[in-house]
Amino acid sequence: MSLLDVRDLSVVFQRRGERPFTAVDKVSFTVEPGQTVGLVGESGCGKSVTSLAIMGLLPKRGNKVTGEVLFDGADLLKLRRDDMRDRRGRDIGMIFQDPLSSLNPVIPIGVQVAEVLERHQGRDRRQALREARELLDAVGIPDPDRRLKEYPHQISGGMRQRALIAIALACKPRLLIADEPTTALDVTIQAQILTLLKQLVDDTGTALIMITHDLGVVAGLCDTVNVLYGGKVVERARRHELFAHARHPYTHGLLNSVPRLDSTRGERLHAIRGSVADNIPWVEGCAFAPRCDNVVDACLEGAPTLEPTATGGDLRCNNPVSEEVAVP
Amino acid sequence: MTEPTTQAGTPAPRRKDERPGRAGGASLNRLGDRKKARLEELAQASAGKGGVSLFRDALRRLRRNPAAIVGATIIALFVLVAIFAPLIAPHDPVQRFDELTSQLAADHIPGATDGFPLGSDELGRDLLSRLIYGSRQTLFVGVLATLIGLAIGVLLGAIAGAFGGWVDNILMRVTDVMLALPALLLAITLVALASKSSQWTVILAVAIVSVPVFARLLRGSMLAQRESDHVLAARALGVKEHNIVLRHMLPNAMTAVIVQATLTLSVAIIEAASLSFLGLGDPNRDRAEWGAMLGDAGVRYFEVRPELAYYPALAIIIVALGFTLLGEAMREAIDPKNRR
Repeated sequence: MSLLDVRDLSVVFQRRGERPFTAVDKVSFTVEPGQTVGLVGESGCGKSVTSLAIMGLLPKRGNKVTGEVLFDGADLLKLRRDDMRDRRGRDIGMIFQDPLSSLNPVIPIGVQVAEVLERHQGRDRRQALREARELLDAVGIPDPDRRLKEYPHQISGGMRQRALIAIALACKPRLLIADEPTTALDVTIQAQILTLLKQLVDDTGTALIMITHDLGVVAGLCDTVNVLYGGKVVERARRHELFAHARHPYTHGLLNSVPRLDSTRGERLHAIRGSVADNIPWVEGCAFAPRCDNVVDACLEGAPTLEPTATGGDLRCNNPVSEEVAVP
Repeated sequence: MTEPTTQAGTPAPRRKDERPGRAGGASLNRLGDRKKARLEELAQASAGKGGVSLFRDALRRLRRNPAAIVGATIIALFVLVAIFAPLIAPHDPVQRFDELTSQLAADHIPGATDGFPLGSDELGRDLLSRLIYGSRQTLFVGVLATLIGLAIGVLLGAIAGAFGGWVDNILMRVTDVMLALPALLLAITLVALASKSSQWTVILAVAIVSVPVFARLLRGSMLAQRESDHVLAARALGVKEHNIVLRHMLPNAMTAVIVQATLTLSVAIIEAASLSFLGLGDPNRDRAEWGAMLGDAGVRYFEVRPELAYYPALAIIIVALGFTLLGEAMREAIDPKNRR
């Protein structure tokens, strides 16, 4: 059984007097124990909303969440509020994008790490602080004794993200959701944080959902990748398959738009034309059709379905990029 | 994490400081030597001290602000005078002195004489001693009124901000009503409602007037906190709702309120003085109180001896200014935009 089985998860934003907006549209994917799964897509494709829906952290008012989120067979969406709260932080950890604003500015780092241990493991403050020290050490924060007493604004961005990772992993959750954990960091720190995440995830056997728009992150970390577009999964493949033979024109475009060391000098970077604003609703056709180079008539006659591919992935496209075309 | 692993690949920012000195050690010129010594000094200094707390950080900024120093000095002097009034005051503030009363006339109140540096008041008491004792009254009423107002305001604001919805709606409409009335008018109304005016009716009236400001302020920042990333992060860790409110929202929302309390102190002092000035304060005329001194003698005998009005007025202004200066400086120091 999969650790996490998301089935037909939909999130619809409903504001009074406005047309409902489907942010996440029947997304399904699974995460096996110890596996790292990527959710990739550009801004507004529904990555973060998916993760918040899994955690049950979307505000109750104005949102309609449907579908199933089976964690160990139990549907998280049907859990009582208190039960879900007990699971957050203990079974599922989460790391957010901005490490400064995700830490409480008026509480020392140590107490923030200790808090989650007190909450879920029933430790007393002293014991929890001792463990917090070890955790900070484990995520590579130098001089943990001193950092325990410091406040978030006193430590560097990379160290803050390390502290957040320590907090998220404090209770040894079986699943960690990382929502763009490196976006707010500079490139050298990004690499360190990713290495650290990979190492910790490997050491502890924690499954990881990596939410990112950065294909470089995916390449280094993920076993399976789900590419989201307009709230739907448009392509799913194992990492190597995806990078070697991206079938969906959108994925293909994404990969082409990454600068490469071996490209000829002066060659222009490929860009996907248009923007998310050009999307058409999925009910009318493929949302990507207005920006797609491979568009055919069928693309504007209802949404294509997600079909399994020969290589064991899934694809939602009427006219995919042929398998023979090697990604540059 | 199975066991603490010290990573080879991770940098140790603290240690980075030392590297330039060590790496270039062989070919260092004198400048490099000095640099190296300086770096070692720095490393030692930073190794010794633990984490700098938020409070100390703000204090450091306060110390560099001249307005804060002036304000704090005024307040410190004021508090010292209030505490040690019996030691400082040359005379008993209620005693009427024969050498002064004998000189009182319809058109004459004696000025400075031997042993009475500021002269007499309208009943032949020592004006200086009464001014000094008046500071106690002002401090007592101002601080107590502010504390009571703060406590009630924080309670209401926290409830409104934490629960939201209809609770918030009801509480905020009540504060709207209170805010719609001019503060002093509301205070006068409240004092007038009490059958017998006393020191406590003044304190309560001034406290209640300050409640809506505190409640509004706290509720606003609580709502802002509710949307903040670190509260979402706390939720993602399964922290219980009451802990989220008490540990994560309230302390972050309190800074604005605490600063407001310092500013409210000066307003409370002025309002309390105003009520006494209008004759709505403590009916005990023996008790020295700046507002009453200003209202009773200051106005009635202004043509005879204007100093009776000048001195208490000056005292009120200076003390209120002290609290305002410190409050403004605190607001600046704690403002997160100035942090880092």
